[in-house]
Amino acid sequence: MGHGPAVKLGKDNAAAYKSKIGISMFIVYTLTYFGFVVINAAYPALMEKVYFGQTLAVLYGFFLIIFALVLAVIYNHFCTAAETRLN
Amino acid sequence: MVYTQSPLAIGLFVFFVLFVLGLSFFLARRTTSASGYYAAGGNIHWFTNGIAFAGDYLSAASFLGICGMIATAGFDGWMYSIGYLAGWMVALFLVAEPMKRLGKYTFTDALDSKFNSKSIQLMAAISTLVVSVFYLIPQMVGAGVLVQPLLGMPHWVGVCIVGVVVTIIVATAGMASTTYVQFFKGALLLICSTIVVALVLFRGLGTDPNQGDTKEYHQFQNLQAEVANGHLQVAGYEVVAGLDSEFGKAGFVKLAQDGLETVWHLKEAATGYELVEALYVTEMADGTKLFNGAPKEDGKFFAVGHIKEITVNGEEIAQTGAVGPLEFLNRFKDSTVVLWGKKYVKVGDSTTTIYYQKPTPGSRILRPGLKFKVDNASGLDKFNFISLMLALFCGTAALPHILIRYYTVPSQAAARKSTIVAIAAIGFFYILTLYLGLGAMTNGVINITDNNMSAPLLALSFGVVLFAVISSLAFATVLGTVSGLIVASAGAVAHDLMDNFLGMNMTDKGKVRAGKISAMVIGAIAIYLGIIFEGMNVSFLVGWAFAVAASANLPAILMILFWKKATAQGVAASILVGLTSSLGLILVSPDMWVRYGLLPQDAPVAFNSPAAISIPASILTLVIISLITQKKGALVEDAAEA
Repeated sequence: MGHGPAVKLGKDNAAAYKSKIGISMFIVYTLTYFGFVVINAAYPALMEKVYFGQTLAVLYGFFLIIFALVLAVIYNHFCTAAETRLN
Repeated sequence: MVYTQSPLAIGLFVFFVLFVLGLSFFLARRTTSASGYYAAGGNIHWFTNGIAFAGDYLSAASFLGICGMIATAGFDGWMYSIGYLAGWMVALFLVAEPMKRLGKYTFTDALDSKFNSKSIQLMAAISTLVVSVFYLIPQMVGAGVLVQPLLGMPHWVGVCIVGVVVTIIVATAGMASTTYVQFFKGALLLICSTIVVALVLFRGLGTDPNQGDTKEYHQFQNLQAEVANGHLQVAGYEVVAGLDSEFGKAGFVKLAQDGLETVWHLKEAATGYELVEALYVTEMADGTKLFNGAPKEDGKFFAVGHIKEITVNGEEIAQTGAVGPLEFLNRFKDSTVVLWGKKYVKVGDSTTTIYYQKPTPGSRILRPGLKFKVDNASGLDKFNFISLMLALFCGTAALPHILIRYYTVPSQAAARKSTIVAIAAIGFFYILTLYLGLGAMTNGVINITDNNMSAPLLALSFGVVLFAVISSLAFATVLGTVSGLIVASAGAVAHDLMDNFLGMNMTDKGKVRAGKISAMVIGAIAIYLGIIFEGMNVSFLVGWAFAVAASANLPAILMILFWKKATAQGVAASILVGLTSSLGLILVSPDMWVRYGLLPQDAPVAFNSPAAISIPASILTLVIISLITQKKGALVEDAAEA
């Protein structure tokens, strides 16, 4: 059977920790995303309301894209620190 | 619309093709092992891999389809961008590192890493092929769409060019050449799209989209009509099809002046009617098409996309001048933009498609509801929308051609970092799509019969050089994505089916040879599919690919990683149920009923997106079968502890 990584990987003692924070952040982002979906589906008129010169739909859309990058950078920071500490 | 070919565009395209072919032949000399062919030796730098992820992911659907949808349906088109980007969070937080740890060459490797199960090998390989083919079709169709304005050749020629070039790329150096093609394409796409958006902002918004005084926009007319003795009368025009005709019943009339027939939208006025100029395409019984009553070459059919009114601080203005990104959206929100509705009128053996003006407030365009039915929607409409957004969210981390990129980097940390680079690059590009789409909507460049060309035609409004660059880049976009899909498919055939499932025990060189032959066969199939699916909406099929991937692959991946009781039988059954239920629901959906030439309301199911049913069905199957087969199947150790 041809399984196993294409390159030899060392043991990763930080894997459990990274998995734990990954799941936590996944839950946070998923709730934010489905909040967006539910408002669009159930209260579409709310998305036309204007805040800071933009519709809520545009603001929420930008927020989801920027929030994704912010969470990703934070996640990487914690993972890298854990790898340095535990491996 | 009639396009004029640009020698510069052709030159740039030929240069890019020769460049990637040269690169492929150069890398082929260094790609002799299976690891080199299927995983680029596993030593690609994480930044390169991240941009290659973007090059792989930002397909014709993203570049052409989404921009076209935003250009005609506003915010609803941008929701695809948001959903696609959100899916990368599933990949980053749950899938990236375990996928790198468990797999070798293909997505099936990771699924089967704990079992060595023939049923998983077979089901996962079939799933890979089905998802890749669904994704492949719109890319190949996109190639055909692009070739007409770029090279002035018919659809099938574009499909053949892409098919042959990509097959050479993949058959020479596999994942190594594919990676660099995707890297260059991803980087160029980001740079060039940023330039176009900067130019859109510099031009600003105006009520006369004359493309910087370079091209006159057709001035759509309004007429006054009176009714005398039950008959419509319009000064200077002969009424060809009046109030009692099929056109009249649909809310339109057909007039003639100087031998040219035009269609007008009827609107009741204080006295008589106001007639608003429309566009129309008539398809005759023999398949001949007339555009605004004349052959396409006569140029009587106009590009559309204009603002009716711009209001700033309560005053109407004609032009905003240069604006910043937020001010652009702010001014757009306070404008009234002319969108276009569509109606069909059948007279005898001919069918007329009428495109009529729909002035719409900008604030209404920058909220959901123009494409998706969410206002006063039934429960079924809302279900359909939520199901689509669920498919977009869950699909990314289950696309085999994306997952195999995790095998090209040297470590789990590199897999994670490359995903973050991908999120940054793709997120930035998706922000640009909003401006590209709204730019096309307001700059008079939309071909209303095919909105897929909106982004390249927006570039054309800034000059032929930018059009040449963007068009050849759009073609390169197809090359990058299709090469990734063919690598994934070739891996499924040669590595999963031939080597693992059939146990052919090939040598390292044999595996490379099998991969190359598989790539050539799949390339030929891709060409065939691209030709027979001509005319299909590009993004539409990608939505299906996401639904099938999310249903067949993601439950299996996540349950193996996070549920210790998953068994081989449960995983294989889950893939089978996810695959068949999503495919089955798609095949009996209203959209497919239209493709069959039937009425959509007669379809057995009333929704188009199956994910909200097929994903739970797949998970439930995995849980039930795994619990039933606990004693027979091997328990899976928590992958996180592996």
